[in-house]
Amino acid sequence: MISIIDYGMGNLHSVRKGFERVGADVRIVTEAAEIDAAEKIVLPGVGAFRDAISTLREKGLDGAIVRAAEQGKWFLGICLGLQLLFDVSYEDGEYEGLGIIPGKVVRFDFAGRDDEQSLRIPHMGWNELHWQRDVPLFRGVPQGTHVYFVHSYHVVPSDAQVVASRTEHGGDFVSSVWRDNVMATQFHPEKSQKWGLAMLKNFAEL
Amino acid sequence: MLAKRIIPCLDVDKGRVVKGVQFFEHVDAGSVAECAKRYEQQGADELVFYDITASHEDRALTLDILKDASERVFMPLCVGGGIRTLDDIRVMLNSGADKVSINSAAVLNQNLIKEAALRFGSQCIVLAIDANRVMRDGKEFWEVYINGGRKPTGIAVMDWVKKARQDGAGEIVLNVMNADGTKAGYDLEMTAAVSDAVNFPVVASGGAGNPEDMFAVLTKGKADAALAASIFHFGNYTISQVKQFLNDRGVPVRQDFIERK
Repeated sequence: MISIIDYGMGNLHSVRKGFERVGADVRIVTEAAEIDAAEKIVLPGVGAFRDAISTLREKGLDGAIVRAAEQGKWFLGICLGLQLLFDVSYEDGEYEGLGIIPGKVVRFDFAGRDDEQSLRIPHMGWNELHWQRDVPLFRGVPQGTHVYFVHSYHVVPSDAQVVASRTEHGGDFVSSVWRDNVMATQFHPEKSQKWGLAMLKNFAEL
Repeated sequence: MLAKRIIPCLDVDKGRVVKGVQFFEHVDAGSVAECAKRYEQQGADELVFYDITASHEDRALTLDILKDASERVFMPLCVGGGIRTLDDIRVMLNSGADKVSINSAAVLNQNLIKEAALRFGSQCIVLAIDANRVMRDGKEFWEVYINGGRKPTGIAVMDWVKKARQDGAGEIVLNVMNADGTKAGYDLEMTAAVSDAVNFPVVASGGAGNPEDMFAVLTKGKADAALAASIFHFGNYTISQVKQFLNDRGVPVRQDFIERK
């Protein structure tokens, strides 16, 4: 059973339907106790970092998420659900994150480059995934597969060993991370058609 | 490298897909579910639903269609037509839309884009512009139109685009009315001018008749994505044919559906 955390940030509907399409059992959870009892956890999210982290804290879910990651439960963060795992985000200020993965979240910055105008922010659309490690989430998915992104900020891990994939947008950025039981993607598997669904299936089958 | 997107637009009226030639005569091109599925199989990068009637009864139908589509196809969905308030936006996002496209309401309430971007994030707020080349005082004027292209506003396209940038819009869909539905090609000059004025994605709309038109707007027209309806709905070209054409000419497209040589 996969538990998707609902904290009021964004479209859970597609994530849920994506898992259902690949035959997984899913439920939506809203309470810390449910996260403590869960087997596998998905943290989705779209919107502003500040709103998301303050909502998680208000609802008392932050501690449960950290515990779940520490206890070795399979964990998948998507988009903002990736960024929230980091120590700090500089999205419209400076906000402390969950601190599960060391590092920071920064805005794409192409100021002063000759090709600045062509490097769009948000980074929105389909871009290629490149990885060097045998990431469980990507099993059976071809190298260089296009997946769907929509974001203006990206993560910068302090430990290069957690990098699962990189993607090019005015230079390489980290498009997913993986450390032990914790995996998280900047792109949206639930919006990435068949290869995205293949990743959800991989997660469901872990 | 970020791929250029090909986006079919489904103009929806009472649960059916229609496409008007220059906005007026509507011809039925099929059911929404059929179209969405067919376009996913062909490699559409995104789908746009445009609710062209947007009366209260039809609005409920559009929400049903959106929900249904978001359960059948796994790609970004954008919905537009008749969205006037923050509440309308919230309802659409909760019904499975990833982005909402705002047109007339942004003119009528000039704080809407800014408030929506703050509330929901720039990434889901699309400003749709119906632009028309008109003559004013003996000179050409690029003018913003509203109400489905029926009402001129006196607003200059480039001023409107700059305001969108300041207000935090995440994307612009530029539909040039003189070209729309004619299949005579996109307006490359206006599209490139808009694209140069912003640092977020610009989607070209209106006028696609063949793959060459799409190639032109994605290169010379500097668009990030090309939106089209007629040429796909009636089966003149498939999306995969267009992508193959673009790929062969060096335009970065999503590699699924491209035959490797």
